[in-house]
Amino acid sequence: MIRVQLPQHLRTLAKVQGEVQLEVEGPVTQRSVLDALEANYPMLKGTIRDHVTQQRRAFMRFFACEEDLSLESPDSPLPDAVVNGKEPFLVIGAIAGG
Amino acid sequence: MSKVRVLVGTRKGAFILTSDGKRENWEVSGPHFAGWEMYHLKGSPVDPNRIYASQSSGWSGQVIQRSSDGGKTWETPGGGVTTGPGGFPQGESNKFAYDASPDSGKPLTTHQWYDGTQHPWEFKRVWHLEPSLTDPDTVYAGVEDAALFRSTNGGQTWDELSGLRGHGTGPKWQPGAGGMCLHTIILDPSNAGRIYIAISAAGAFRSDDGGKSWKPINRGLRSQFIPDPDAEVGHCVHHVAMNPKRPNVLFMQKHWDVMRSDDAGDSWHEVSGNLPTDFGFVVDIHAHEPETVYVVPIKSDSEHYVHEGKLRVFRSRSGGNEWEPLTKGLPQSNCYVNVLRDAMAVDSLDKCGVYFGTTGGQVYASADAGDSWNPIVRDLPAVLSVEVQTLP
Repeated sequence: MIRVQLPQHLRTLAKVQGEVQLEVEGPVTQRSVLDALEANYPMLKGTIRDHVTQQRRAFMRFFACEEDLSLESPDSPLPDAVVNGKEPFLVIGAIAGG
Repeated sequence: MSKVRVLVGTRKGAFILTSDGKRENWEVSGPHFAGWEMYHLKGSPVDPNRIYASQSSGWSGQVIQRSSDGGKTWETPGGGVTTGPGGFPQGESNKFAYDASPDSGKPLTTHQWYDGTQHPWEFKRVWHLEPSLTDPDTVYAGVEDAALFRSTNGGQTWDELSGLRGHGTGPKWQPGAGGMCLHTIILDPSNAGRIYIAISAAGAFRSDDGGKSWKPINRGLRSQFIPDPDAEVGHCVHHVAMNPKRPNVLFMQKHWDVMRSDDAGDSWHEVSGNLPTDFGFVVDIHAHEPETVYVVPIKSDSEHYVHEGKLRVFRSRSGGNEWEPLTKGLPQSNCYVNVLRDAMAVDSLDKCGVYFGTTGGQVYASADAGDSWNPIVRDLPAVLSVEVQTLP
């Protein structure tokens, strides 16, 4: 089971509280996790990745295991700790302004 | 007794204000979509309980929300856990993809950037939602970068009416300070095929065939900030208003200048008259008196607040040129708010009500056509839009 933490506004939009837990078939990558997330919560389509290009939105970042994975390939394997559910995959709204 | 429902979009959520026909005591509901920018909410004239809302953020982009119970509850159209053909998730109510298909003959073009170079179209947000006059499931969306979209399934999916963006003048359009937004959509109740739209900074356009083909309608506009002040396009039109009872007459608040057209936009003439400044954003028309027009003059294009620190609505009862300040109940000193382009509306009760919201978070109502004003709320986030529904 993959654990995903969403920023507060997206939790509200998806009508979820706390972490989201997802079943992901095949290799666990950014792409497969986000595909599973959007399949379960279609209202999130377009809010994390662009609808057309499927690229990460500019002000969204992906963290896991104390690492910034934002610039990793969407098809790179995620860390084992994310795959086995010990650590969550974090979707973070980038800080802009103060 | 009739009721009114005022739909308010703000920088940090939406609010719904309701009152009976006296418009003295108000109930305030909200914030809905707390923390999100709510550029616009508007109800269907066919089914007033059907309300569409544009929800957006710089982080997560655009979301379309829909209510079927007058704003008590909301849903993202098609956003439930459903599966479409081929096993792909549905829920594309926030997908605004420009039509770049060869079939349309309108491939994605470029427009003019601030520095004069050409720049590709990039979707940013929905500024205005205009529900159909006849079908509650049909709604138009004006977006930034400027284009017109339509949904015929209650907001679940959207298709661009690409004849507008692709009709030929697109490369000359340029963004205004607020972005290159399509902010005004007017449907003509007397002519099902006629649609007016306006874009900052491109100008006004009209379709007479339901949105398939378009032409600029800017003859008579003069703008000193473009190389040819009388150009066909490039004018920063801030808002256009029409009284449905007299659909060939339009009033426009341009960047500078209040303008009037008596021939469905084919030509315009200035009616700024004795206004203290003719820069501004809003313009609206009395529901029952087509020659009674309202504007809120703003000091200048570099000082976006009301003139002389006084919040004054100016009313003309003669279709322009002769304007009177309306001040009763409005602050007349140390006031430096703006009233944005979609932040004024009128109801259709016998004694026409007029409403507007400010960037200071006040929403004012007048139940006597502007003679006097009262704040419904004083301390909302900056108000982006105000619409009103007159309910039985």
